[in-house]
Amino acid sequence: MILIDKIAITFNQGTPLEMRALRGVTLEIPDGQFVTVIGSNGAGKSTLLNIVAGEARPDTGRVLADGTDITSWPIHRRASKIARLFQDPRAGICGEMSIIENMAVALSRTSPARFGFAINQSVRKLARERLSMLNIGLENRLEDRVALLSGGQRQALSLIMATLGPTKILLLDEHTAALDPAAADQVMKLTDDVVRSLGITTMMVTHSMRQALDYGSRIVMLHQGEVILDASGPDRDALEVADLLKFFQRKQGAELADDQLLLT
Amino acid sequence: MSLYAFVGALETGLVFALVALGAYVTFRVLDFPDLTVEGSFPFGAAVAASFMAIGVNPWIATLLAMIAGAITGLVTGLLNIQFRILNILAGILTAIALYSVNLRVMGRPNIGLIGVDTVYSTIEHLGFPSFYVPVILLTAVVVVCKLFLDLFLSTGYGLAMRAAGANPRMARANGINVDRMVYLGLAIANALTALSGALFAQMLGAADVSMGIGVIVIALAAVIGGTALLPSRVVALATLACVLGSIFYRIVIGLALSSNAIGFTASDVNLVTAILVAVALYLPGCKSKHS
Repeated sequence: MILIDKIAITFNQGTPLEMRALRGVTLEIPDGQFVTVIGSNGAGKSTLLNIVAGEARPDTGRVLADGTDITSWPIHRRASKIARLFQDPRAGICGEMSIIENMAVALSRTSPARFGFAINQSVRKLARERLSMLNIGLENRLEDRVALLSGGQRQALSLIMATLGPTKILLLDEHTAALDPAAADQVMKLTDDVVRSLGITTMMVTHSMRQALDYGSRIVMLHQGEVILDASGPDRDALEVADLLKFFQRKQGAELADDQLLLT
Repeated sequence: MSLYAFVGALETGLVFALVALGAYVTFRVLDFPDLTVEGSFPFGAAVAASFMAIGVNPWIATLLAMIAGAITGLVTGLLNIQFRILNILAGILTAIALYSVNLRVMGRPNIGLIGVDTVYSTIEHLGFPSFYVPVILLTAVVVVCKLFLDLFLSTGYGLAMRAAGANPRMARANGINVDRMVYLGLAIANALTALSGALFAQMLGAADVSMGIGVIVIALAAVIGGTALLPSRVVALATLACVLGSIFYRIVIGLALSSNAIGFTASDVNLVTAILVAVALYLPGCKSKHS
């Protein structure tokens, strides 16, 4: 369960660049729900994700994970409850380290580092088992440097790493945006499979309206730091990209003229 | 090169291999250019010499020097992490401060250790030939430190430290306390450096407040030269490369100095070292630019 409670944050306060990124956003995501968050550039969707992950601290409001107030927790402490995938395929892995070393680092998220050997037979076995779920042969390349992998392979590896330990909450930060369409599609399907089979509470930020409607069971639209649409159940299932556009225009009284928001 | 000069180069190379191992941890593993060593090297010498001068067992004095070195690393970490001072500047500040501290510790610019029991003389008493004692003892110390480092870097903590240096954002997202890893790495590196300083002073027979000048460049020459000669991603081979790099560097310098044809004198060593490091740093980038 994630509770985002009346979160507000202003960047560059008191300067000409002042920007009220979030203006009192409240969102409750029950256990096992997959929420997609959509919005144009500057809507505050990445800021919202960063506040849950701990990369940004809100000016006011609280963040609760599993009923625990984590608002003042540093990133590494939140990691025990929250896993995340980044937009940049290089951000979620150590390129100079091998696949198995990356997997061992990922294990430390839920079981803190110890003085025992980081890589042993049981870690190798677990890594092989989980990587074989991807069906891209990574389980046979444990000693290869991750820098040798393509962007799509890296995001797939990141997905396995993020869900290696018992994970309650997964944050996806436009994790397919930097991939080519085919790889993006494949990674997105893998993500959906993993999230469904493990029943992880998931929050996915995306630029793509199509993706936001195709995956998950609830859609949230942000605009200028506020939630302007929150649909789930039959309401959401009936939504189409055209409806989202119409809704957006009615709400704003203006033509949606943002190339950044993909229609497909 | 005479046997005498060769053994001398080997001894010095082994002593500085410890600084090189420390520089490997900071520069390569943590990606933290730590200049504290310019101060922690003479600090180790000063602490060990001061304790030995008042009759403390040389092994205990050397151990105390290591602890003192670890503390200097923690100070640099504090300046960098708590005070948010740029990493390279944090190290320089600590090193500069240590110059004064060293004068205070010793009470004068240098302490002679002639006639004082050193770690080398304790080994000599066991019946080893005195000429080879430093090489034997230093080899043992370097091997132990190298193996300790290899072992540490293969543990959960060691892997966490490598991740913290390679990709701090990813490390944090995986529950690693990056700040703690920086503290730990700096402590280990400067403990090794202070150990090196303590052993060097006992070998020379004196601790001197100015003995730290240029230590970082020598360590870098060993790390960069060593890893250029023996490039490897495997930690055990990379640490071996640092040790061999340090010895190799000393032998090359020894050869250059002993050859009358080139006309080098001991005072040219720092210039030559700086040029070697600059060239070694330039070459890999140059190679990738053309390929």
